[in-house]
Amino acid sequence: MYPSKFDYLAPETLEEALAVLAERGDEVKILAGGQSLIPMMKLRFAEPSTLLDINRVPGLDAIDIQDGHVRVQALARHADVVRSEVIKEENDLMAGAAPWIADPIVRNLGTVCGSLAHHDPEGDWASVMLALDAEVVAASKEGVTHFHPGADGTQHTGGTRVISIQEFLVDMFTTSLYPTEILTEVRVPRYERGGGNYQKLERKVGDYATVGVATHIELGVDDRITKAGIALTSVYAHNLKVTDAETALVGQAPSDELFAEAGRIASAACDPASDTRGSAEYKRHIVGLFTERSLAESLKIAQGGQS
Amino acid sequence: MTTTEHKPHTSSEIGGLGHSRRRVEDARFLEGRGNYVDDITLPKMLHMAIHRSPLAHARIISIDTSAAEAVEGVVAVVTGELLAGYNLAWMPTLSGDTQAVLATDKVRFQGQEIAAVIATDRYVAQDAARLVEVEYEDLEPIVNPQRSLEEDAVLIRDDKEDQTSNLCFEWESGDKALTEAAFAKADKVVSLETHYPRSHPAPLETCGIIADVDSATGQATLYMTSQAPHAHRTVFALVAGLAEQNIRIISPDIGGGFGNKVPIYPGYVVATAASLVIGQPVKWVETRTENLISTGFARDYYMKGELAVTNDGRILGLRVDMLADEGAFYADAQPSKFRAGLFHIVTGSYDYPAAYVTTRGAYTNKAPGGVAYRCSFRVTEASYLIERLVQNAAYELGMDPAEFRSNNFIQADQFPYHSPTGFVYDSGDYETAMRKAMEMVGYGDIQAEKEEARKEGRLVGIGMASFTEVVGAGHGEDYDIIGLKMFDSAELRVHPTGKAILKLGVKSQGQGHETTFAQIVAEELGIPAGDVKVVEGDTDNTPYGLGTYASRSTPVAGAATAVISRTLREKARKIAAHLLEASEEDLEWETGKFFVAGDPESSVSIQDIAFAAYTNPPPNVEAGLEGVHYYDPPNMTYPFGTYIVVVDVDPESGQWKVRRMVAVDDCGVKINPMIVEGQIQGGLTEGFAMSSMQHITFDETGNCLGSNFTDYLVPTAWETPRFELGETVTPSPHHPIGAKGVGESATVGSPAAYVNAVVDALQHMGVQNVEMPMTADRVWHAMQEADGG
Amino acid sequence: MNITVTVNGMEHTADVEPRLLLVDFIRTNLGLTGTHIGCDTTSCGVCTVLIDGTPVKTCTMFAVQANGRSVTTVEGLKQNGELSAMQQAFREHHGLQCGFCTPAMMLVGTALIEENPDPTEDDIRWAISGNLCRCTGYMNIVKSIEAAAETTREGAIS
Ligand SMILES: Cc1cc2nc3c(=O)[nH]c(=O)nc-3n(C[C@H](O)[C@H](O)[C@H](O)COP(=O)(O)OP(=O)(O)OC[C@H]3O[C@@H](n4cnc5c(N)ncnc54)[C@H](O)[C@@H]3O)c2cc1C
Ligand code: FES
Ligand code: FES
Repeated sequence: MYPSKFDYLAPETLEEALAVLAERGDEVKILAGGQSLIPMMKLRFAEPSTLLDINRVPGLDAIDIQDGHVRVQALARHADVVRSEVIKEENDLMAGAAPWIADPIVRNLGTVCGSLAHHDPEGDWASVMLALDAEVVAASKEGVTHFHPGADGTQHTGGTRVISIQEFLVDMFTTSLYPTEILTEVRVPRYERGGGNYQKLERKVGDYATVGVATHIELGVDDRITKAGIALTSVYAHNLKVTDAETALVGQAPSDELFAEAGRIASAACDPASDTRGSAEYKRHIVGLFTERSLAESLKIAQGGQS
Repeated sequence: MTTTEHKPHTSSEIGGLGHSRRRVEDARFLEGRGNYVDDITLPKMLHMAIHRSPLAHARIISIDTSAAEAVEGVVAVVTGELLAGYNLAWMPTLSGDTQAVLATDKVRFQGQEIAAVIATDRYVAQDAARLVEVEYEDLEPIVNPQRSLEEDAVLIRDDKEDQTSNLCFEWESGDKALTEAAFAKADKVVSLETHYPRSHPAPLETCGIIADVDSATGQATLYMTSQAPHAHRTVFALVAGLAEQNIRIISPDIGGGFGNKVPIYPGYVVATAASLVIGQPVKWVETRTENLISTGFARDYYMKGELAVTNDGRILGLRVDMLADEGAFYADAQPSKFRAGLFHIVTGSYDYPAAYVTTRGAYTNKAPGGVAYRCSFRVTEASYLIERLVQNAAYELGMDPAEFRSNNFIQADQFPYHSPTGFVYDSGDYETAMRKAMEMVGYGDIQAEKEEARKEGRLVGIGMASFTEVVGAGHGEDYDIIGLKMFDSAELRVHPTGKAILKLGVKSQGQGHETTFAQIVAEELGIPAGDVKVVEGDTDNTPYGLGTYASRSTPVAGAATAVISRTLREKARKIAAHLLEASEEDLEWETGKFFVAGDPESSVSIQDIAFAAYTNPPPNVEAGLEGVHYYDPPNMTYPFGTYIVVVDVDPESGQWKVRRMVAVDDCGVKINPMIVEGQIQGGLTEGFAMSSMQHITFDETGNCLGSNFTDYLVPTAWETPRFELGETVTPSPHHPIGAKGVGESATVGSPAAYVNAVVDALQHMGVQNVEMPMTADRVWHAMQEADGG
Repeated sequence: MNITVTVNGMEHTADVEPRLLLVDFIRTNLGLTGTHIGCDTTSCGVCTVLIDGTPVKTCTMFAVQANGRSVTTVEGLKQNGELSAMQQAFREHHGLQCGFCTPAMMLVGTALIEENPDPTEDDIRWAISGNLCRCTGYMNIVKSIEAAAETTREGAIS
């Protein structure tokens, strides 16, 4: 299985890359890790006329702390997240989710930002970022008018934008990114006393989630929940943030009953399809069960005093 | 005689039977110098890609190849119409049916071959293949055999003159009246309806060919992924009308076969025809999707089994009725007399007088196949059914499944044992193997833990299978494939310096023949195994044989090797007598030399004898030390064993995990224990795969839902259990070296053990069955339904 | 497009179509057929090589992406004309049967013990979980990598 023909560009600076996009964004596909794009091209589900390989752009692969956020840049690979001391210290949900992505070899190339830009409803990172209330940063060439292909005809004049993850993830395989923009980083707020955890039902290593549940909670000095994040993978048309369940948790003292209630809300909110991975009924059950389990685990981590 | 170990007779320098000799073939694989079909490049070689049907069942209105032909680099586009001109639009299958090479009238399964593009480059060939345009008229897709046999189902094989329904075959075995009588006497009848799902061998190397036909000389050299090169050459001669002496099939290194590389596929035929017409070599290598959607599937049997039992735990009889989903063309690779393969071994390891098996096969709009996927012709389905039934019968009688088995085992002194369906089991000691496995796993402790676990809300299950395999077909009188008797051959040439070359009609796909067959010669002639080169997979340079599948190699070709070695040893005796100036009767053989009885100093080595065979042969003895033997096995061999699996099941999610997997195998005398262990570990993994994740399903339109490795799941090292192996050794009494063959026992025996373990964990809730693959979803539903009911 | 790739220490320059997959460049252009192809969906891992020491699946990377990079294939595993510890261990512990997955398994094993000289059985099983084997059931592959790690550690001490 081979892709159809395309032109290939590999700029060595961000400016160059943005200039190419400003000129011919509509025909260009950005190539990051290639672990979603190239399989799609081989199956001819994607036939871009030009590939813009951003892998030669320097200074785009950091995982670090900036302005009260943990920052993961565009070329940071899944494997970099697995190995990152910063992530281990800072964010349990990301640390917990990274080893669940694809398989060890795919993780060496695939990127977190690429996964978000791709927005496959079976992708795990989007759920993680929804639970964490992340923001993404997008860059485009300044001073040029950029158009979004969406029906509303939105436009902007370039530069750097910060977009909340919920705004960014529009629908399956659709984001609010302009075709002329590069997603340069995703960042998540740091927290004091919290914990997070990712539960995934997969049939084998390398399988996309049958069900994935990301949870994150933060605790106040009174041990009550001050912040909660819950998002689901593979059980809705897109990654689903379960706001009602989050709301139900905030301000409460954590308990098994409370988590069971959150599980019931999540289970009711999802809308899975029956397929070879499992029946809708089963997936719905697992959403409830895993939400409950994941929250319990997140609490344990939060109480363990991890920052 | 069963023993628990078997010591080698030869020194490690000689490396005969029983030595874990390191593999000869590894040398090339370790450096990336294996030579698989796709690694071969010939001058002026062209590439072929196939346009396949997206629909499962449709009439072809028209095929337009003009756009494909217009692509730069395309040399030709082949259609069925073109092939019909050479009488090649259809070909015979290994079960005596016909199969379309390139469809002309209808497409009968999704993925069926319609046209082939030949181009200068692989990428271009695939580009152009996409541009072939076909106009279709939809027909009802028939996606299960039950629907297929209904009166109003549309006829799939309207190409066959006498075909009036979708019934493909009917077959029975055993004694109906006797079985009815046994059931009449039963206290209880235990029954189980289950489906052994459609699966695919999916070796990591897909199928492929390079056809190189020299139009000037008519010589066709075909480099093929073939488990049976000689049989394939004969089929090519018959199909393509080429003179058999002008066809040379070379089966180079094969990246796994498992039955997938036994049939002949349309791609092979088209590439050969294209090379013939164009006059250049043509390479075709499948993509994984092509492999999974169009080449030999396995299993897909709907089975209903009933066991007649007495309250005190004796089996009286077995009744089985089956429906086989054969796909669009009946292509099972199996002995022609036996339409359901060797399924009638289904009576298993147990002694009872009556059994009756009925089978119907139905055409459906799915890929053809029915290959023996790491199995000896439907033995896997049979073993699964009886081992599941036995376990359920024990539950129903309130007995421990091990005790129930023990009650009914064929006893060690009953061999040779005549089974109610006509097999003659050669040897066995089932009780000893089972007890050994139970001891290894700590059977009693786990049974006790089960109770405790339940109190803590945990679910633990233990399941076993005490299987009997049947491998090594023939005998030729009963077993043939398209008329070719199932013998196999070995040609041994001992050179003047005492080094030897052994040529075989079989073909390794990873089993290590280059290593093990040399060990047989070493054992019999005392020539160090390192001095024996093994050659196979080239029809010009090896004697005729039926090939490697169904664990045939050791039982049949291994026997041929032992016999020819012994024949040469007898000739060597004559030469030795001449050299030692003694009479033949006075000579005694000790590994590697003859000596005069009572005078061990007067001896001559096999190497010296070999030299003399060419330089100083006795006056009335032919020069040389060479020979060939065709071995027609007097009977098959019957490997057996007991596998025990312990699982932990998550009562909330239905996920399950293998905690222990103990496998005690008895494959008779082992040629190379290291290789035997490797074979068993591989087979246990495939059994795990089938029980846990690996199957091919279709949607209602006939769309294949297992068309690549993201949907057709193959376990990784992470999911695969750690196996604990044990053995007993019960030699085959009729095999020259007592070996039974092992390549498939573990795939045959283990699925039932995994399923029995999961069912055992849930059995107290009233769960009697979980279908394979036992997805977490299915396990959870089984618990739900049991709880509810 | 013109690219220069260092493969097993040798620089190769070639003019390739951008859509040429790295695996085909290695197999067809360079004739290094120890790197295999087993699927269409980045699932099987038999196409794995090391790029600057890191295992990647070359069926899911274009040759042009490797421009200027350093590639190690199975043909580059031998050291000073001798089988590497990994190759020797696969032979000694029967870590291969048909040999189709073997080059990739050995390369992944090599990268693993470079990063983690003393891996546990779980570490090894995890590291090779992007690579399928249909023949061995993995046990002897795991054993081989364990043994190679051990000899490599001993070699490093002495
Ligand atoms: C076998 C296999 C198993 C997998 N399993 C999982 C899994 O279990 N869970 C999971 O979440 N994912 C899984 N994936 C997908 C994997 O995580 C991908 O790496 C990821 O989704 C895409 O990241 P990438 O860098 O490879 O993006 P690419 O493939 O390079 O690009 C994907 C898309 O995003 C766009 N894009 C990429 N980067 C940017 C950017 N910086 N700015 C703007 N647009 C950009 C591209 O143009 C393209 O449209 C699997 C992949 C494979 C091959
Ligand atoms: S060929 Fe299967 S992962 Fe590359
Ligand atoms: S040895 Fe055959 S696939 Fe691994």
